[in-house]
Amino acid sequence: MLKFPNLLIALAVVASPSFADTYGLGRVALPEEIAAWNKDVRPDGTGLPVGSGDVLAGEEIFSEKCGACHGDFAEGVGNWPKLAGGTDTLDRDDPLKTVGSYWPYLSTTWDYVNRSMPFGDAQSLSPDEVYSIVAYIIYSNDLVDEDFVLSNETFADFELPNKDGFIIDDRLDTEHIKWVGEPCMENCKADVKVTMRALVLDVTPEEDAAKAVASEPAAVEETVVVEEVEPVLAALDEELVAKGAKVFKKCKACHKVGDKAKNGTGPMLNGIFDAPAGQVEKFKYSKALKTAAEGGLVWDDASLRAFLKKPKAFMKGTKMSFSGLKKDKDFDAIIEFLKSNSQ
Amino acid sequence: MTNKTSRRAFLAKGLAAGATVGVAGTANAATPDPLITEVQPWASGLGDGVDVSPYGLPISHEADVIRRNVEWLTADTISSINFTPIHALDGTITPQGCAFERHHSGAIELTKDDYRLMINGLVDRPLVFSYADLERFPRENHVYFCECAANTGMEWAGAQLNGVQFTHGMIHNMEYTGVSLRTILEEAGLDAAGDLKDKWVYVEGADASSNGRSIPMEKALDDCIIAFKANGEALRKEHGYPVRLVVPGWEGNLWVKWIRRIEVMDGPVESREETSKYTDTLENGTSRKWTWAMDAKSVVTSPSPQSPITHGKGPLVITGLAWTGRGAITRVDVSKDGGKSWETARLAKPGEKMAMTRFYLDTTWDGEEMMLQSRAIDETGYVQPTKTQLREVRGLNSIYHNNCIQTWLVNSNGEAENVEVS
Repeated sequence: MLKFPNLLIALAVVASPSFADTYGLGRVALPEEIAAWNKDVRPDGTGLPVGSGDVLAGEEIFSEKCGACHGDFAEGVGNWPKLAGGTDTLDRDDPLKTVGSYWPYLSTTWDYVNRSMPFGDAQSLSPDEVYSIVAYIIYSNDLVDEDFVLSNETFADFELPNKDGFIIDDRLDTEHIKWVGEPCMENCKADVKVTMRALVLDVTPEEDAAKAVASEPAAVEETVVVEEVEPVLAALDEELVAKGAKVFKKCKACHKVGDKAKNGTGPMLNGIFDAPAGQVEKFKYSKALKTAAEGGLVWDDASLRAFLKKPKAFMKGTKMSFSGLKKDKDFDAIIEFLKSNSQ
Repeated sequence: MTNKTSRRAFLAKGLAAGATVGVAGTANAATPDPLITEVQPWASGLGDGVDVSPYGLPISHEADVIRRNVEWLTADTISSINFTPIHALDGTITPQGCAFERHHSGAIELTKDDYRLMINGLVDRPLVFSYADLERFPRENHVYFCECAANTGMEWAGAQLNGVQFTHGMIHNMEYTGVSLRTILEEAGLDAAGDLKDKWVYVEGADASSNGRSIPMEKALDDCIIAFKANGEALRKEHGYPVRLVVPGWEGNLWVKWIRRIEVMDGPVESREETSKYTDTLENGTSRKWTWAMDAKSVVTSPSPQSPITHGKGPLVITGLAWTGRGAITRVDVSKDGGKSWETARLAKPGEKMAMTRFYLDTTWDGEEMMLQSRAIDETGYVQPTKTQLREVRGLNSIYHNNCIQTWLVNSNGEAENVEVS
């Protein structure tokens, strides 16, 4: 019976978001959408999902997913963050700031592990895994016993030692009141001496980068030469290589490829396809990998597939803390990508 | 090693400067300059066509004006920082291509089509905006500096890095285009939040680091911008394309890139980046938190270790940058003798709020050693402190917010070095 049904619908659409003094832009966020993104956890535990985890489970997960960078005992590897230790160092030179010695709230650890870790595979942990990892981190800081269980129910009972170690910014009262007014212009000091020189330390990067960029035209010429030779090499599926580059993001935290590639937590991976295992210079391989290399392991299509499916099953004792690729199509892509970095 | 490198660079520049070294007054040439007397190839032949460079990059001769990083500073280049080559720039606007980057999980590639911004929490209507939605709100343009709280942080314990790029390069200054955060918050409605005085917004990014920070509502409603353009063009990937938050005058970590969510809350989240990091430990072991504003600071960018004097005695332009997160710069003084005496420099333009100010001291160099310093004063009357003054209050372990007066020791050859003085 309606003469202009479409017009009515149109009016309804326009009218629904038109609140006073707004532009009526955007749309209402659905509860599922808010739940998917609104994951922050606050000091009183607001935002925590139901779940629990204990120290022993945490130790296992930590060793598999976190240990490569943070060390099996949360002591940190190389320049990666140390998560344990540092008690009573905050008032000394170079304090060691860890979850145990510095962080004021345990919620911060839970929140950060849940949303941002593991590095390169964020948001992959289940709530129980996060509870377990956090339980293990506070155990590593000697703050709980090994039978400790952390859950959404017990969370608020736990307090970190440095909870009261913070004051709100007081610069206006402690600094600004002193450092105001007309400053001295003449005869401000009797004598001035150099007391420290940066050159003595010699830690400034050299500016080789500039030279590399400056010589870029030469590099381009070399690339052209390579292209002419290319037919000799096995043809690459460039589309697959591009897909592999995306899959490689999971690996990038530890492995580098390309011109500037260096060893990191894992060895650099230029030239490893179809090459004998354990040959990257200066990298300290695990015993397991060394043994496999001595036994003649070559990183060909088959062995890479097996290794990347479940590294710790393929090679018991490997240092590589990666749980494995899950999607079939990722294997073809990553292997093509590694090939492309081996030519 | 470093000494040799800068020495090499210095000598090369000295040679390029040719025969005019060390002459006071107008020099006489012994022979006619072939660059003038002979027809040069560029004056005879042809240059590039308009289709050669659809998006232009700097000419190859400027190839050393690049961001650089300090490898030993972080475990990995993905969660790391690099530095703006401020020794080689002039004026105040930082080109995007050499503006410092700081990522916690790498610079991600996020398209405008895939971009969503959610407003939730204590709002009347939780909303989701697309990129196209954001472009339909009224826009603002402002120039603001963005300084990492850790800028100059490696210098707390002593003079360490020999170059202004490394000591002061965690900063850039751009013109932003975007929508005020107030407009976006009001679109979602703040009646549900009740009294706004004790409310906060929590802002987080779309990258894996999910860098999230809590900002008091008063600041959120004051001057923050949801920005999508910088210096007239789209943000670069490394600066948060397609949309980042701009928090004028406050530490760079709050300027969340790839911003995807704004939650109105009744308290701070106390996230990793506002507890374990970006808090300033004092000598007694307690730490300041919520140290958001960047205090007044300045530095001489030339002469400096990476920008030595190559022209000998005579007219010399001493120049540098000054900025403050508490308003506008009103004055900059320069000392050539390590702080014994000071001259007031010329500001290229009157200081603008939360933006960089360029200063010049047009002077004459007598070829003697100089201990160059600059000291900024802002509209609150605050005078940039010496390192000694800062250490007296904070000790050596603060890491962040080091806004001390910097000293360059310039020797009679014109080479400069990062030093500390009594």
